[in-house]
Amino acid sequence: MMLAALIALIVSMCLLLIRALMGPTLYDRVLAVNSFGTKTVLLIGLMGFVMGRSDFLDIAILYTLINFVSTIAVLKFFRYRSFQVPLARRGESRAEAPVTGGEPNA
Amino acid sequence: MHLLGILLAATAFWMANSGHYKPLMLGFAAASVVLTLILSLRFKIVDREGSPYVRLLGFLAYVPWLTWEVLKANWVVIRACLRADLDISPALVKVRTTCKSDLAKVTFANSITLTPGTVTVEIQGDKMLVHGLYEANTVPESFIGMDARCARAADPKGAAS
Amino acid sequence: MPEAASLMPLDWNTIRVALGGALSLLGALLCIVGTIGVLRFPDVYTRLHAASITDTSGAGFVLFGIALMAPDWIVLVKIVCILIFLMLTSATSSHALANAALTAGLQPKIGSMRKGPHEDEASP
Repeated sequence: MMLAALIALIVSMCLLLIRALMGPTLYDRVLAVNSFGTKTVLLIGLMGFVMGRSDFLDIAILYTLINFVSTIAVLKFFRYRSFQVPLARRGESRAEAPVTGGEPNA
Repeated sequence: MHLLGILLAATAFWMANSGHYKPLMLGFAAASVVLTLILSLRFKIVDREGSPYVRLLGFLAYVPWLTWEVLKANWVVIRACLRADLDISPALVKVRTTCKSDLAKVTFANSITLTPGTVTVEIQGDKMLVHGLYEANTVPESFIGMDARCARAADPKGAAS
Repeated sequence: MPEAASLMPLDWNTIRVALGGALSLLGALLCIVGTIGVLRFPDVYTRLHAASITDTSGAGFVLFGIALMAPDWIVLVKIVCILIFLMLTSATSSHALANAALTAGLQPKIGSMRKGPHEDEASP
């Protein structure tokens, strides 16, 4: 049953690669890669239990944190085109106008 | 005081994750904990949000309710994914929150994002822009209960921070 | 007494491993469902909802399943750590993704996607 779960995870990762390769915008790709990372964490955890080595869970913890940091880093880079910009929002007037589009059609 | 909280959390995390208690390993543990403290002092993140022990009970009471909400919302989105026809109707709504402190606002926004079917897109002051998968489920009135629970879980009594 | 316990076909360890395997399989299937949603939905914001199925219930069931099979308490603590980190970081990164997409000027599609007699009112 664990093997079936492993195979199902690998199938869903392969399906997700399709979205990552042919996503129309950048954000589709980032979303797919982020979700791929989450599935990789689950795959590492399951694989550790199939192999009977629970040391794999340490790698899974690390992969969770690195996945988050890399997603934020990619998004920050494509928003500011630089890593040198502080992320603080408060007290800072943003260059763009406040978002008005997409009002609910109430 | 808050430094002590971070020290306690880091030591507990190391103890729970290592499982080795030889003197050499404990020395490495002390070194890594001290390094973490120095780094967090440099990042200036030692404040009362860094060690929220006072509101731990509130969060513990909030988590089971949130889990149940997440499971209910999951069922709706799973059905939407597997339907033959794609009968979703996405909507954007503005939600006004009553949470005062930043921690309560973050808790509320993260809870909205964590329940499938709703994503917080933008926060400005006490207004949030929420994108929802179904127009009928995403009305501002449906977030009032979650808002009140977040305010009770994470806001300090009375005064805003 | 131990012989009687081992003769019984349904002692706690057997139940634990079987239930853990079943829950992991359920979580993996939910991951496939979320992926199908990511492939089918029309724009970024709706795909985020489908991806959050994977991040919440798929990951939750898989980790709960392997937590049932955990041999000792240290493994259990690690799994709980992974679960907490995953919940916090997936919500935050979904929000960051949606906010970045909106700031970049990507307009979400609003209104009913049903191809039917009401097609003229909302969707372009």
